[in-house]
Amino acid sequence: MLTPAEERSIARILEEKRALPGALLPVLHAVQDEFGYIPAAAIQLIADGLNISRADAHGVVTFYHHFRRARPGRHRIRLCRAESCQSMGAAALEKHVKNRLQIDFHAATADGRYSLEAVYCLGHCACSPAITIDDQPYGRVTPQRFDELLAAETGK
Amino acid sequence: MGAEKVAVGIEIEARRRNVPVELVRNGSRGMFWLEPMVEVETGAGRVAYGPVTPGDVPALFDAGFTTGGGHPLSLGPTGEIAFLKKQQRLTFARAGITDPISLDDYIAHDGYRGLRNALEMAGADIVQTVTDSGLRGRGGAAFPTGIKWKTVLNAAANRKYVVCNADEGDSGTYADRMIMEGDPYVLIEGMTIAGIAVGATRGYIYVRSEYPHSIAALNSAIATAYERGYLGPGLLASGKTFDLEVRKAAGAYVCGEETAMLESLEGKRGMVRFKPPLPAIKGLFGEPTIINNVLSLATVPIILDKGAEFYKDFGMGRSRGTLPIQLAGNVRHGGLIETAFGITLREVMYDLGGGTASGRPIRAAQVGGPLGAYLPESQFDTPMDYEAYAAIRAVLGHGGVVVFDDTVDMAAMARFAMEFCAVESCGKCTPCRIGSIRGTEVIDRILARTEHGRNVRLLRDLCDTMLNGSLCALGGMTPYPVLSALDHFPEDFGAEGAKVA
Ligand SMILES: Cc1cc2nc3c(=O)[nH]c(=O)nc-3n(C[C@H](O)[C@H](O)[C@H](O)COP(=O)(O)O)c2cc1C
Ligand code: SF4
Ligand code: FES
Repeated sequence: MLTPAEERSIARILEEKRALPGALLPVLHAVQDEFGYIPAAAIQLIADGLNISRADAHGVVTFYHHFRRARPGRHRIRLCRAESCQSMGAAALEKHVKNRLQIDFHAATADGRYSLEAVYCLGHCACSPAITIDDQPYGRVTPQRFDELLAAETGK
Repeated sequence: MGAEKVAVGIEIEARRRNVPVELVRNGSRGMFWLEPMVEVETGAGRVAYGPVTPGDVPALFDAGFTTGGGHPLSLGPTGEIAFLKKQQRLTFARAGITDPISLDDYIAHDGYRGLRNALEMAGADIVQTVTDSGLRGRGGAAFPTGIKWKTVLNAAANRKYVVCNADEGDSGTYADRMIMEGDPYVLIEGMTIAGIAVGATRGYIYVRSEYPHSIAALNSAIATAYERGYLGPGLLASGKTFDLEVRKAAGAYVCGEETAMLESLEGKRGMVRFKPPLPAIKGLFGEPTIINNVLSLATVPIILDKGAEFYKDFGMGRSRGTLPIQLAGNVRHGGLIETAFGITLREVMYDLGGGTASGRPIRAAQVGGPLGAYLPESQFDTPMDYEAYAAIRAVLGHGGVVVFDDTVDMAAMARFAMEFCAVESCGKCTPCRIGSIRGTEVIDRILARTEHGRNVRLLRDLCDTMLNGSLCALGGMTPYPVLSALDHFPEDFGAEGAKVA
């Protein structure tokens, strides 16, 4: 369920974007930027606003890895799993991070502080392994450096 | 990677010491092991220091670095750094030199000369110049850019589009990002030239969501270009129009495939379309559409500025011009190497890259992204040229080179290729959607040494089916990394009689 204020936000986003050709992705991005994810209840409103079926809108949300369907943690950590980062120890880093946060990919910590996402390349391959914390990229991340970053960037 | 903190540090220190400095946040030169790099404009040209941490800043001031003073972090004149000196930067002529968001800086460094020439030419002549330059698509398929444009030029329609593919999904690549963040106007200029060449009035740049900083840089540059009359109606008083907009992708690798990208731009799931019709005839919203990679479009301005012959003079065989190679992975000096086609992997990885970061021997390199083959040592001397690579069943793709040392498990890399295909498949064809999942299972069985010979044959059959029965290169080329790993590194798959690494 959305609060009336949330419904108003979605109505405003639809108002702003509906005239764009191919408006669905821009609308979904705007909703996720504001809410942190795409609430299930928003999908019907978006579909109605753009004159498409709920099934079509839902199909688009589920197709794209970027769109989340659950509220993320306050700090979003993305970890690159692709080849260049693998060549520099991404697998060991992945293990460490999951262990440290006690979560798997595409989940949030119980206290809602962090969420973890797998990505395939962040474009910082010359500084592998790479991660982002809240969209800020970091390269050459060893398990130890990860712990330092976590402390420095998110105060834990 | 910490440059912001260094910049702030320099400003504070300069104020404290009353040393006047004018700080410009230029883009990356693409020498990532030296970053954050600080360059100082001196009477004798630019002098570089790096990698600089905020803690180094006071000592740099003590050494008089603002006038090029000596310091252990001094790299000497930037242009003389061997990694840069060995390159031929055409597409990246300005990257790292200019202030990316300054249109004046762009113009002062030969920017918009190509567009001014183009505005004096007939559309067909612009297209001919691009054809004559020999430029081939840098996004992966290496299709001649001018020929694609000609199809769009000749298509009759009320509306045409130019779409820039900035999805840069290939792992090990970042050259598109460097252009968008380091020299965004060159892409805007290239797209504008494409638009006036074929009569397209609207452009979209489809940028991957993993690149928020690229999106911000482009939006800022586009806004300035509009303000100053370099975009919009009446383009530079020519009476022509070109509008440009950035669209954010949503994290699907397959949306880098051009027709899936069109679906995505239209607000749908990124399902690959059957061809024909070609996008050049029926593309975005059913209209004729140029689709080109960032690097292809960003190379157009220099071709229109200096002429087709100038560009064509670089390169070898049918691979003309320069290839922006992106060196990554387990390598000491990773970064952007733009150089004429024909250089070898050995030169790239050893002479420029300095060998592995781990100090161990190089065992393999994957060239051309996640769908590119793994090359063994015996192929390191093959010239980097589209045809020479095709002859060894490899691809140059978007120019990514990922280096692996001798600790790599090539069977694990083959399995990863299948897994990646399974995760990213759009689901339209069975060989790709199901075959990739089977592929991971078969490799698991091979590694468990269950019926080894039979399962290796099964893996080869499966690759054959994917190669021949897939609609696009995701399913159709996943066999490249898998089979090259299997062919060149059988010992990692537990081949009988083979040496165990
Ligand atoms: C699965 C898949 C992913 C692709 N990803 C990209 C990409 O990220 N960027 C790109 O420019 N081309 C990509 N391509 C190639 C495009 O389909 C297309 O050939 C290219 O954008 C054309 O531009 P060009 O001629 O300038 O290279 C991909 C192709 C496939 C099959
Ligand atoms: S090969 Fe895979 S990604 Fe390409 S169209 Fe077929 S199912 Fe989709
Ligand atoms: S492969 Fe990890 S950032 Fe590119």
